[in-house]
Amino acid sequence: MKMTRLAATIAATMIATGPALAETLHFPSLSYRTGPFAAGGIPFADGYSDYLTLINERDGGIGGVPIRQTECETAYNTERGVECYQSIRGDNPLVLQPLSTGITYQLIPRTMEDGIPMHTMGYGRTSAVNGEVFNWTFNYPANYWDGASVIINYLLEENEGSLEGKKIALLYHNSAYGREPIPTLTNLAERHGYELLTIGVDSPGQEQGSQWLQIRRERPDYVVMWGWGVMNPTAIQEAANIRFPMENFIGVWWSGSQQDVRPVGAGAHGYKALAMHGTGMDYPIYEDMQQYVIDAGKYAGTGDEVGTVLYSRGMYAAMLAVEAAKKAQEIHGVAAITPAMMRDGMANLEITEELMAELGLPNFGPAFSVACENHGGSGAAMIQQWDAEAGEWNLITDWIEPDREMIMEMAMEDSLAFAAENNMTPACLN
Amino acid sequence: MPDTLLFAMEATLNGLTAGVMYALVALGFVLIFKASGIFNFAQGVMALFAALTLVGFQSGQIPFSHLINAMFGTRLHHFGWNMPTLLAIPATVLVMILLAVLVERFILKHLVNQEPIILFMATIGLAYFLEGVGDIMWGAEVKALDVGLPKGMSGAVDDVTFAWFGYGFYIDRLEIWAAGIAALLVAALTVFSQYTKQGRALRAVADDHQAALSVGISLRFIWVLTWSIAGIVALVAGIMWGSKSGVQFSLSLIALKALPVLILGGFTSIPGAIIGGLIIGVGEKLFDFFMSPIIGGATENWFAYMLALVFLLFRPQGLFGERIIERV
Repeated sequence: MKMTRLAATIAATMIATGPALAETLHFPSLSYRTGPFAAGGIPFADGYSDYLTLINERDGGIGGVPIRQTECETAYNTERGVECYQSIRGDNPLVLQPLSTGITYQLIPRTMEDGIPMHTMGYGRTSAVNGEVFNWTFNYPANYWDGASVIINYLLEENEGSLEGKKIALLYHNSAYGREPIPTLTNLAERHGYELLTIGVDSPGQEQGSQWLQIRRERPDYVVMWGWGVMNPTAIQEAANIRFPMENFIGVWWSGSQQDVRPVGAGAHGYKALAMHGTGMDYPIYEDMQQYVIDAGKYAGTGDEVGTVLYSRGMYAAMLAVEAAKKAQEIHGVAAITPAMMRDGMANLEITEELMAELGLPNFGPAFSVACENHGGSGAAMIQQWDAEAGEWNLITDWIEPDREMIMEMAMEDSLAFAAENNMTPACLN
Repeated sequence: MPDTLLFAMEATLNGLTAGVMYALVALGFVLIFKASGIFNFAQGVMALFAALTLVGFQSGQIPFSHLINAMFGTRLHHFGWNMPTLLAIPATVLVMILLAVLVERFILKHLVNQEPIILFMATIGLAYFLEGVGDIMWGAEVKALDVGLPKGMSGAVDDVTFAWFGYGFYIDRLEIWAAGIAALLVAALTVFSQYTKQGRALRAVADDHQAALSVGISLRFIWVLTWSIAGIVALVAGIMWGSKSGVQFSLSLIALKALPVLILGGFTSIPGAIIGGLIIGVGEKLFDFFMSPIIGGATENWFAYMLALVFLLFRPQGLFGERIIERV
């Protein structure tokens, strides 16, 4: 009898709370605050969460509907990432941000089947840029192949338009992530006449003695790095040790945060990296962030990552997710949107410089628009350089465009192969 | 002299110094295994914990400040002073001794006479516990560690080899220092175990627990002593590896580098750990040098294990390990 009463109470509670849960917008975060890559995962997760908290506290949510945040720990481990996905897929997640190329590859077919959009900003499967095949995956504003192309375009600028006879070494994390730029750099090597040397580093990358001895022997003109976690500071330290000119050492945007250069100290001075967005706290949004989130004690984590590169990236990802949700509300005329509606918002997202300024982030990210044929945004990125004395990253270029024609050709080929393997007929959803 | 030979010599030299770095980690495993028969899975995490504590003391960070702030709404982070390295190192040694006492009190004491696999499982638990405590105590961000050891290319080696061969060899000064410190450490451990009362007691326990107990040696004291020494060795390994690439979670993964060294050198031999480290270091550097152009690099992680596997086939007890014959 008692059990029946208890069951009835639970059922009544579930019915009572059911509509309340539905009236929230669920933004899950597949974060990694533990494990070998936690130092990079924590600031991103904090930035993502703090921006969503700001929207709730300042604006009362999106279109009047509060945001509900959940966090699932992946430890940057693909199996755990898939488990996280299984645990949240039935809870109306509006958009997934796996923050791992390995997890992204696993989730692409699953999200396609379940109809849940995924945003892989600056990572993941590059050919997801083709929205006719990857209807549910978006990788705006830039992807790995864009990054590789931007670096080569920057080096072309530095070398009066020619890289003929130059030798460029790619030092890469020996994983799906690290191997992503190889096809682009190989194609560009044929086009621009430079010699490409690829040097893999096994994860996590704490021991790179052999790799840097090879670099010392081969004497490349430039070293490009696709690293993550401890691989980055170790590589920068080794470069400083062999006295490699630091201004000729350029990392992707995942190798360009404070965590990568600070442990090296003065030796990291002059190291360069791609920047897909601005960094630092010189943006008006931080006034609101201070008032509504930080001073109110509602910040995520320990609150000491605010304004760092990876915190800024997490904040940027959240900002793009919120803008896509607004777009979805506008398209469908409802505030409590579903994942399918969110996908429509992402597929029709338009980011202008006016909008960025209005959001308190002027000149923070590139202007771009998303379409079915291009889920990848503009692909533009800037180059930043580390000033060890001042302890800050300085942007040294304006936005540099990638060779999008070549990238789209490669993406088309790869995505169509994926479609053929999976018996899919490429088509736009809207 | 042909370039290939010169480059191979440079790779060999670097392999030797890298091997010493691996041996530093392996030493901690050997000490504990020798005295108590426990394969201490937590040795890598102990190196991380020791390095985190050292940086925390150096920078005057308040331990558990994030937890305190979250619980009481405070904004505590630093004491407002920095501790000199010469004070911070002994303070960290005291913390590692305290850790050894706690490990004995709360784990080992309750597992006397248990199977080795049970003790091994307990150290896995300890590893996870220490990982979490380290994070809560000092934070998960990457920390720079500077104890004043020189880093970067050795100009002297470069000059001398250039004068001899017309090509200057690269060698990291930090690794030269690591070799010197490892030599001192091994000498100190040898003197301790051969010429002190506690050292002899430690060897007696390593030989036969029951016999040692019967002559009045306290097993609990010996365990605290062993774990304290392993903690100090972990601190040395943490300093060396942390100076190389910062102090962060990945530091705990250096334990993976020690496993093939132990398989090669034997789990019970201190000289074996050193020789095993040198063989692994030189082997992986030379293999990478010759094979990398053919198979594309990234060979260091798996080559050491392949080499260890080959050794296992011919000498399962390792080069210097004791051959255990059990008769039924």
